Amino acid sequence: MTSDAQTSAAAPAAGPPGQQSEAVSIGRRVLRLFLYQRELTPTVITIGLFVYFTIRAGSEFTSSLSLSSAAGYAGPVGAIAVGEVLLLVLAEIDLSVGQVFLFSPWVMYWAHNDGVPIVLAIVLALGACCLVGAINGLITVRLNVPSFVTTLATNFILYGVVLVYSNDSEASPIPLSAGTGFASKLMGVWKWSEILWVVAITIVLGAMLNRTRFGVRIVATGGNLVGAAEAGVPIRRVKVWCFVLCSFFAGLVGIVDAVKYGSLDPGNFGVNYILYAVGACVIGGTALTGGRGTVLGALIGAILIGILEDGLTLIGVSTNDFFIYIGVVIILAMALNVQFDRLIARSRGR
Amino acid sequence: MSAGAQPAEPTPPVPAGAPALEVRGVTKRFGALAVLRGIDLVLRQGEVLGLVGDNGAGKSTLVKILSGFQAQDGGELLVEGESVHFPSVQAARAHGIETVYQDLALIPQLPVYQNLFLGHELTRFGPLRLLDKREMRKLAAKYLDDINVRVPSVDAEAERLSGGQRQAIAVARAVRAATKILLLDEPLAAMGARESRLIVNLVKDLAASGRVSIIVIDHNYAHLFELCDRINVMQGGRITIDQQVHETSLEELTELMVQSYRRQLEAEASAGA
Repeated sequence: MTSDAQTSAAAPAAGPPGQQSEAVSIGRRVLRLFLYQRELTPTVITIGLFVYFTIRAGSEFTSSLSLSSAAGYAGPVGAIAVGEVLLLVLAEIDLSVGQVFLFSPWVMYWAHNDGVPIVLAIVLALGACCLVGAINGLITVRLNVPSFVTTLATNFILYGVVLVYSNDSEASPIPLSAGTGFASKLMGVWKWSEILWVVAITIVLGAMLNRTRFGVRIVATGGNLVGAAEAGVPIRRVKVWCFVLCSFFAGLVGIVDAVKYGSLDPGNFGVNYILYAVGACVIGGTALTGGRGTVLGALIGAILIGILEDGLTLIGVSTNDFFIYIGVVIILAMALNVQFDRLIARSRGR
Repeated sequence: MSAGAQPAEPTPPVPAGAPALEVRGVTKRFGALAVLRGIDLVLRQGEVLGLVGDNGAGKSTLVKILSGFQAQDGGELLVEGESVHFPSVQAARAHGIETVYQDLALIPQLPVYQNLFLGHELTRFGPLRLLDKREMRKLAAKYLDDINVRVPSVDAEAERLSGGQRQAIAVARAVRAATKILLLDEPLAAMGARESRLIVNLVKDLAASGRVSIIVIDHNYAHLFELCDRINVMQGGRITIDQQVHETSLEELTELMVQSYRRQLEAEASAGA
């Protein structure tokens, strides 16, 4: 964080002396913490929800079964959301990545049925996901098609591919899903494995965004496209790689998810996941304006959605009401994001 | 002030150093329109040269040629005495010429030190390319301190800085790369008095340090008198007036320009007759 010594040395006339200023400066510091650590607000709300549901539903809510069901909601949403953040920071969006999440296990399933060993089948599936991401990225940066449209189209194409090649019939059993070994457990049989994968991916992508040169390039490209290009940032390559990464991680967790449930339904439509995932990003503190976003926030947003869905079901609120709640939460979160951005802009020069 | 300066001939430039940049007879036309009709200009080492002129005088075309955005039709550019060609912005950059268009180059969401190092980040652990934030912070703070640029903190995001601070960071970054010649496009536009002071001092210090030679393009004569050692006036695609700032005044310069316009009109009238 900012060193206060430096701040006050450069701006000696910042605050009037006296006791009052101390209270003000603590208040200001808390406000600044929430302004710049966007994950804090959704974290506080998530903890609040957790406490609320624990009080309302007691041990029923905190039971392993209930919590793993919350994690079951949060897993797919989180897996898609943490990758989507990269694109939102770039001021792009990927609407196809929910479908990639569903498409990936199909590729693994088809390959395995054709006699490809399981490890190779997984590699093939992930390769296919990367290819989809690369195509999304290249169409966006080379043909200048807005990513919203590019990925809307690939979403339909992938959906169609699955319907056509599955003959519109369910796939079951999924390889590994009946296994009891470590590999099977890791790849989805153990009920916590999916959410742990998502947590691991969050750590990797979060570190990448905040601590690597590539992360700086993402923020620079999303924050000021022309400025970044002038400074030598390869903006097109950065964008294409982010599409690839987003698809790759969604595809990876997609396989884990399929192994977990043991079957695949070709009628599953990926846009449902995407809408939750973008919602999770927004709740987590990522505005869709580019240049700013938090991977950790997206995970927390997904967990918030998971807890809300699970908790409301437990206390007897119907799933229909859940949609109303989630809609209100998304609007409030976005309004807060915008207000926070305004406050940052207003603190200029201080 | 030079006593009884005769406006007929421009004051010969005082040799303040070897020429950093020379423009010799540069011409440029767009279709039937001759925008530059033979520009002769010398920028000396460590000098701040102001370039002033009305809209359409050819200032921005000249800047585009100097920064490699456009090629001239005729004439020659010399950097440190060596004839150069700028087919691209990169080519101009390779010769140490950098243009700062106000504060547009900064990334609002990145902290000051990352803006300074953008494109040249220091990293650790080889292929992982983890940012060496500590080292970059340290070097950024030291560098800004060296050139007397004050910001609240090198960790402050660019969008939190004032216009003057952002401009200063943009200039500082341009100079950090091995820049020898800096083109500043209206560096004081939309700035308050205190802000302007910041940039004026920075530009003067940079020039005095001998690090860079600077061309400032502006409409505002007051700004140029603040910033520059010498002022060149462009009229109708030519440099018509070349004056040392300490030898002239705003009034005298204005008078010179009016006379120059009058001569131009008379010349056109007699050519037409």
